Amino acid sequence: MLAMNYRGPYRVRAAQKPEPEIEHPYDAIVRVTRSCICGSDLHLYHGLVPDTRVGMTFGHEFTGIVEEVGSGVKKLKPGDHVLVPFNIFCGSCFFCQRELYSNCHNTNPEATAVGGIYGYGHITGGYDGGQAEYVRVPFADIGPTVIPADIDVDDAVLLTDAYPTGYQAAEMGEIEQGDTVVVFGAGPVGLFAAKSAWLLGAGRVIVVDHIDYRLEFAHRFAQCETLNFKDVDDMAVHIKKMTDGLGADVCIDAVGAEAAGNFAHRLTGVKLKLQGGSAIVLHWCINSVRKGGVVSIVGVYGPTFNAIPIGNAVNKGLTLRMNQASVKRHLPRLIEHIQAGRIKPSDVITHRVPLEEVSDAYHLFSSKLDNCIKTVLVPPRAASMGATIAA
Amino acid sequence: MDTVIRNPLPGGEPGPQIPPQYAHIQGWGADLDHANRPAYPRERTPPRLEGVHWHEPEQQAQTVEILHSNERPGITPVFGTSSPPSGLSGAIRRFAFKFSENDVRHWMLLLFADRVNMVEGIGQDLARGHIPNVFAEMGGKAEFKYNRKAAIEKTVVAGAVVGLAVLLLMHARSRRRQQLPLQHQTMRDLLHRR
Repeated sequence: MLAMNYRGPYRVRAAQKPEPEIEHPYDAIVRVTRSCICGSDLHLYHGLVPDTRVGMTFGHEFTGIVEEVGSGVKKLKPGDHVLVPFNIFCGSCFFCQRELYSNCHNTNPEATAVGGIYGYGHITGGYDGGQAEYVRVPFADIGPTVIPADIDVDDAVLLTDAYPTGYQAAEMGEIEQGDTVVVFGAGPVGLFAAKSAWLLGAGRVIVVDHIDYRLEFAHRFAQCETLNFKDVDDMAVHIKKMTDGLGADVCIDAVGAEAAGNFAHRLTGVKLKLQGGSAIVLHWCINSVRKGGVVSIVGVYGPTFNAIPIGNAVNKGLTLRMNQASVKRHLPRLIEHIQAGRIKPSDVITHRVPLEEVSDAYHLFSSKLDNCIKTVLVPPRAASMGATIAA
Repeated sequence: MDTVIRNPLPGGEPGPQIPPQYAHIQGWGADLDHANRPAYPRERTPPRLEGVHWHEPEQQAQTVEILHSNERPGITPVFGTSSPPSGLSGAIRRFAFKFSENDVRHWMLLLFADRVNMVEGIGQDLARGHIPNVFAEMGGKAEFKYNRKAAIEKTVVAGAVVGLAVLLLMHARSRRRQQLPLQHQTMRDLLHRR
């Protein structure tokens, strides 16, 4: 089958590899219909995530049609068109019993901090991902969700990670009516966090980035205020001036390890790998939120350590909340939001690219060329389904 | 504040009042009520999950080498089998897994193994008779299409660097040959000198 193949930092290609097989009775094999490149895939692509092995296939946001199921699968059937949450989870361990599906203890032998994730290196279990024609899907009876008839496949693929992660970011912010919410990062997750902040009753939503086309998009998509941090001398001072000197009620980090905006963080976190990525956005969040406020973190960082002003967080009495999204618990409500017309997730898709051109798709997204917000890869056999392909 | 619109709740009941300044925002306040928030409070048990028909998942058969964190007793019931450790990078990875996730050596060794693995990957390509098209793999086509000026600049700089390196190499080689004792010089060197 055709699949994305990682060759090293900034080098990927589409290449043939053997089709996946059923390896466990609860497995299914899914033929991919849509697969996204996520902002967090870029951390792998840039060589920042330890134990990312050559030959691996990335991709944790995908939809597909069930081709084959293992002997222990009772619910899912061949022919079902499913969206597959990026978490691989067992449903029965200590953490899954608390709906912390992203922290499943039974699917990732290589690390204990996080559960299994499709196509995210060996730090999350060593599973090949969905930027391919076929994928092995473990625990097929509980992970995949059959796409409702009235949900478009391009909306469905964004329910596998980006939209639930943005929603969970806002939800972890514990937003109450009238709160001022600052979202750092105008990528897809930041856009969905901003949109979700309104759903949760925010009074003011401000999105911060440094790329003008993304800020313009955020203003249109999420009806929010925008702020280019290049126009600001000091982020904390600026946010306080915007909020009567108090600071924002909630700050959301939707950027993570490759944040721009500070030379020292970029040098030590990204270039020299002396931190688990550049933590300047987290720094800004802690110093821009009001005393007693909430910082919500969904940006992905490396597993080592980061330089952040934790003393200020203590002195301000902040609540810091964070996690990878537990997609499955959010799906019913988020599907309702789409069905009610409150949000159209596929509006963030700017590029649909054939899987064969995966190298160009990664470069396009990574370098933010052609006003790229979100890129969807379409395998050859799915090209006739839905929207036309145009790079 | 005047109420202008209400979003219906999941059961069809009228939702929260929407202040007029938010009336243009589709869905404002639909999840203002904590009862509508899927992950409120933080944890919920038992989980709202259908289809779990096992207590402990069966153990997946191990067909390739799987490294596991020393913070757990063994491999997990289910795991991925992509790209098992091999070669020098595999040996470094095995060594890295002697240290816990709590130990920075674990992560630094894994990052080092990744770089070694990248070189091994080029070697594997060449051994199979495949010369990797690095330009295409790095998205050169997209760069030329959407960032042409920068692409040309990079090409010119890269060409100049490679050209300079070749010239320096040729010059150094020629000087070395001239300094060789007569018996080690080839006929071509002698003719060239004459």
